[in-house]
Amino acid sequence: MNGSAGNKFGFTVNRSRLIDYDASDRLVRDYVTLREPSFRLCFACGGCTATCTAGQHAPFNLRRMNTFIRRGEIEPLREEVTRCMLCGKCLLVCPRGVNTRNVVSLAAEAIKKLDRNEL
Amino acid sequence: MSTVTKHVVVAGGGVAGMEAAGALAELGHRVTLIEKEQKPGGHLKQWHALFPDRRPADDVRKYLSRRIDNRNIKLFTGISVEKVRKQGHDLHIELSDGSALTADAAIIATGFDLFDARRKEEYGYGIYDNVITSAGLEDMFNAGRITTADGRTPSRIGLVHCVGSRDEKVDNNHCSKVCCVTAVKQAIEVRQKLPSCEVFCFYMDMRMYGPYYEELYRESQEVHNVNYIRGKVSEASVNINNRLVVKVEDTLAGRPLRMELDMLVLMVGMEMSQAGTRLAEASALGRGINRFLETGDHHYGNNLGHVKGLFYAGTCTAPMNITDTISHARAAVTETVRYLTTR
Repeated sequence: MNGSAGNKFGFTVNRSRLIDYDASDRLVRDYVTLREPSFRLCFACGGCTATCTAGQHAPFNLRRMNTFIRRGEIEPLREEVTRCMLCGKCLLVCPRGVNTRNVVSLAAEAIKKLDRNEL
Repeated sequence: MSTVTKHVVVAGGGVAGMEAAGALAELGHRVTLIEKEQKPGGHLKQWHALFPDRRPADDVRKYLSRRIDNRNIKLFTGISVEKVRKQGHDLHIELSDGSALTADAAIIATGFDLFDARRKEEYGYGIYDNVITSAGLEDMFNAGRITTADGRTPSRIGLVHCVGSRDEKVDNNHCSKVCCVTAVKQAIEVRQKLPSCEVFCFYMDMRMYGPYYEELYRESQEVHNVNYIRGKVSEASVNINNRLVVKVEDTLAGRPLRMELDMLVLMVGMEMSQAGTRLAEASALGRGINRFLETGDHHYGNNLGHVKGLFYAGTCTAPMNITDTISHARAAVTETVRYLTTR
């Protein structure tokens, strides 16, 4: 609360919230989709997020995560992807038959590989 | 019941008018079919393939041509119906060439106009070369070549839903119903014809209301890898590389998004036609807040106006697909025949 005068007046630089589609790539999306083609079928109904136990106690939103993966926005996912307990309840509600649990596992795997320059 | 031949005028030779004329002629009535263009067929003439099964539009064109190939039908083209008024039991019908007809009954089937995309200036239609409409994309399908204005094969195409529909800014609060599934159909066709081209649909809602539409939407994702971004495009511009740039909120991510594209396709909606508007105003026919013809009852009287002997068929009453237009035209014929035999 007692930061610099600049802070008080709001003169701070925030990271852009813009999704610049041409400034990112889709390596994680392609890794996931190749191994779990049902990932393409998500139409973002949010049924998975509604039933998710982890999501009730921690910031974990599978519906939004799927969108970020598709757009190539990986930074917001690094923390989030570790919060899934892989219980698989989301599998039971998905109306499009997406293998949601495998999507989370593969996304976590892809991000690790990305960091090791293996993607 | 003996059939007494009556004279019915059908205003408009598109899908609804052709079907209505054909059905009336089949029942033995004398029909005058009046089409303002040089050839009948309406908007169908421009379309390459139809949703949801992607059959050639030619199939339906041929069906309708056979339908009006009947000696009871007299087809006049290049003329429009300008005014209808009651004259005793008959209808007095004035045409654009100054002549007039007398009929026992009439069916209005003046159809729709496609929204003029230049009215959504922020999308750049008529300003940027590579912003086209859904009808323009059908022209490319018909020509067998999908290219940018300078002849390149596009590597990324965006389709904007709801252009001129669900938009108070152009005084159209109504949904045009068919644009969503048209976008899905066209996205699939682009993916099939140009497998290396990415396709993005920018939508507010996906309204897959008809049989097999939802299945087509699913197929577009599962088989053809079409991308969907939920959000209304706010504007299109051109960058220094002469590539289009669109701005949209990715509402599922809750963040703004920008993207470069080679081509932008505007899914233009349906509006009451200008010809139909002229006819409605001259004849004092009631119209709804969406400017289409107001029908007697939304549930059980949607072929009826308030003038006895005058019936409505097809998209002059509301946006509808070809299947519903044909059904609506047949229903108008049923109402017309009932009127002619019981009055």
